[in-house]
Amino acid sequence: MDAIRIENLTKRYKDVTAVDHLSLTVRKGELFSLLGVNGAGKTTTVKMLSCLTQPTAGDAFLHGKSIRTESADVKRLIAVSPQETAVAPALTVRENLALMGGVHGFSQEKCDRKIEELTALLGLSTVLKRRAGKLSGGWQRRLSIAMALISEPSVLFLDEPTLGLDVLARSDLWDIIRALKGRVTVVLTTHYMEEAESLSDRIAIMKDGKLLICDTPEAIKQTAGTDNFEQAFIRIVREVAQ
Amino acid sequence: MRMLTFAGRNAKEILRDPLNLAFGLGFPLVLLTLLSAIQANVPVPLFEIQHLAPGITVFGLSFMTLFSATLIAKDRGSSLLQRLYTTPLTPLDFIVGYTLPVIPIAVLQCAVCYVAAVLLGLSVTVHILAAVVCILPVCVLYIALGLLCGSVLNDKQVGGVCGALLTNLSAWLSGIWFDLELVGGAFQKIAYLLPFVHAVEMERAALAGNFAAILPHLWWVLCYAVVLLFVAVWLFLRQMKRQ
Repeated sequence: MDAIRIENLTKRYKDVTAVDHLSLTVRKGELFSLLGVNGAGKTTTVKMLSCLTQPTAGDAFLHGKSIRTESADVKRLIAVSPQETAVAPALTVRENLALMGGVHGFSQEKCDRKIEELTALLGLSTVLKRRAGKLSGGWQRRLSIAMALISEPSVLFLDEPTLGLDVLARSDLWDIIRALKGRVTVVLTTHYMEEAESLSDRIAIMKDGKLLICDTPEAIKQTAGTDNFEQAFIRIVREVAQ
Repeated sequence: MRMLTFAGRNAKEILRDPLNLAFGLGFPLVLLTLLSAIQANVPVPLFEIQHLAPGITVFGLSFMTLFSATLIAKDRGSSLLQRLYTTPLTPLDFIVGYTLPVIPIAVLQCAVCYVAAVLLGLSVTVHILAAVVCILPVCVLYIALGLLCGSVLNDKQVGGVCGALLTNLSAWLSGIWFDLELVGGAFQKIAYLLPFVHAVEMERAALAGNFAAILPHLWWVLCYAVVLLFVAVWLFLRQMKRQ
């Protein structure tokens, strides 16, 4: 079953077309990456899919619910971990998680249970009582993902989740994202080629709002005629430019 | 329930910032003490405690604008609001959630100022309670200004506009520090077209037990509060849609 079905999704800002008739599907439980250079339309696509921005034309369906006409239902299915860490700085890690549980209408009991689960999954026990604003970038990213996961989303959007992290923190976060495979449909946007190649079941490459290719990392390399994914990305994007 | 969770978080963010406590509570108390000491040495009718305390309680509310505007602007800047916009919270939850926690903080600030004023010689009467009640519409006015500024400015701009400009406007045009009649002319006319002096005179009337004098000022404050609240809600919803 498709978790996301995008049909001719378009977003225009005055004379700029940020996303141009995008059509693709993401399967349930799949880890799907959106790749592209700056201004490719990745973030705008995620904003439309997460009901933050209304499309100019087209529609998308998350578990059959339209982002245009059933946004309240879509919001119950999704969670977003934005590009910035987006945590409440004066609240402790535990309070941040409780905040997200509370705004989703969880009972105290359910909230406590979910916090316990996520603390174990993301290894947050050592920082649970620390204020989020005092944590390092890596810990804040972990917390950001935990805050997204607490609502038990069917679809999770991760916008540049490892941006600015050191190698070790990035590797830890990759393990966490891998652990989500199959349980949650994950849509990942990233600039890091190795991240997309290592984590994704399928990858969509975008440029100027248009979809250039959507396939498995292996198939993309084959299409581009190279063994190196970064080279494949460059060839595909440059070919279109020429 | 969802809205209360969000409001609780906002209250914690405000109260856990030591600078907020210093400015919100400490600064009005310092002013009250300092000006009372000046009054003890050089008597000025304006600085008599029954005139000074109501003015300080109103002036202290300009920090509530700063607190709420800074919180909203920071939430916008850090994308926390973007994250929360993808949750089942409704626009009303956001607006009430940002407004509600500031009201008890403002009332507490007002009450602490009057307790300090009593220690400095203000007579204990039931009119103090009336003055605390009268602070509520003024409080809504200042919170609406905070919602408005937080919706359109970033946190650095909020510091300049609310921290410097508004506190000065609120001070100069309110008749707290000097009698507006001494300046007169256009300055006085402008001051009486704005809500600040009306808020102070309403508080003074309430504290004096002169309830008939409250109403004319209350209308000014209420009109400004309602209009500003509508504009603030419109601007907040507009930035929400622009996400």
